[in-house]
Amino acid sequence: MNPPVATTFFFYLLAAIMLIGGVFVITRKNAVHSALALIATLLAQAGIYLMLYAPFVAGVQIILYAGGIMVLFLFVIMLISIERSLKERMLNRQWVVGGLAALALGALFISVYVKGKNLFPTPKVPVFETNNTQTVGNLLYGQYMFPFEIASLLLLVAIIGAVVMAKKRI
Amino acid sequence: MDALTHISILHYIVLAAALFILGVVGVLTRRNVVVILMSIELILNAVNLNLVAFSRYWQAMHGPPALHGQVFAIFVITDAAAEAAVGLGILIAFFRNKETVNMDEVNLMKW
Repeated sequence: MNPPVATTFFFYLLAAIMLIGGVFVITRKNAVHSALALIATLLAQAGIYLMLYAPFVAGVQIILYAGGIMVLFLFVIMLISIERSLKERMLNRQWVVGGLAALALGALFISVYVKGKNLFPTPKVPVFETNNTQTVGNLLYGQYMFPFEIASLLLLVAIIGAVVMAKKRI
Repeated sequence: MDALTHISILHYIVLAAALFILGVVGVLTRRNVVVILMSIELILNAVNLNLVAFSRYWQAMHGPPALHGQVFAIFVITDAAAEAAVGLGILIAFFRNKETVNMDEVNLMKW
């Protein structure tokens, strides 16, 4: 059974969009450009989720990340002044040390890859299309009921915290 | 050649690792707090990609649908939403006090 050829093409296309968008996020001076590049990265990642047979997570990614969180980011960028930050330098003083630390982390990842790339045998069982959303819902409201409630509590605390932080006088 | 044309789980892991490194570079080197928060979103997305890829791999190895990785990815997205809301709230409060969004000028509690 040969895998379809289009899978390879779409994987590399989406991966290229993700990585180029990620590079733009951390190299653009204007924060609005960074936010737009991050939106492209998130949408490409939703496509990758679709390739992994996770349509519910892909939908949540588009609605919540690209639709919710990024609108919040753009809203805050509009609130703070970006003209001043365009004239200042982009990197902080310890950027050399930070880059070296990230490089060391990358070297660690590469060594892990070289050592452990044979740890994953090729799966033999063909994966059938299952009713994905139904299964995720059953897990969320069944086995993961308690973490689900904790997540709702976390969101409540986040709402209160954001209001308390951003409000001028309580 | 087969390693390049046949997409295995290793491809997804390498992609997630590259995205993670990009996020770490952004957090460690940028001054703008908004961009640092966006880099944290990149890191969380890399972790999410790993979770979903391993969920898929588990299904392919063991047959019946076991979508625990996708459920965890949804929890991580929830955490990211909470983190973004509180972080941007703190950023607005800080901007109101100091008229700047630069990370190295956050030294109110330093002596």
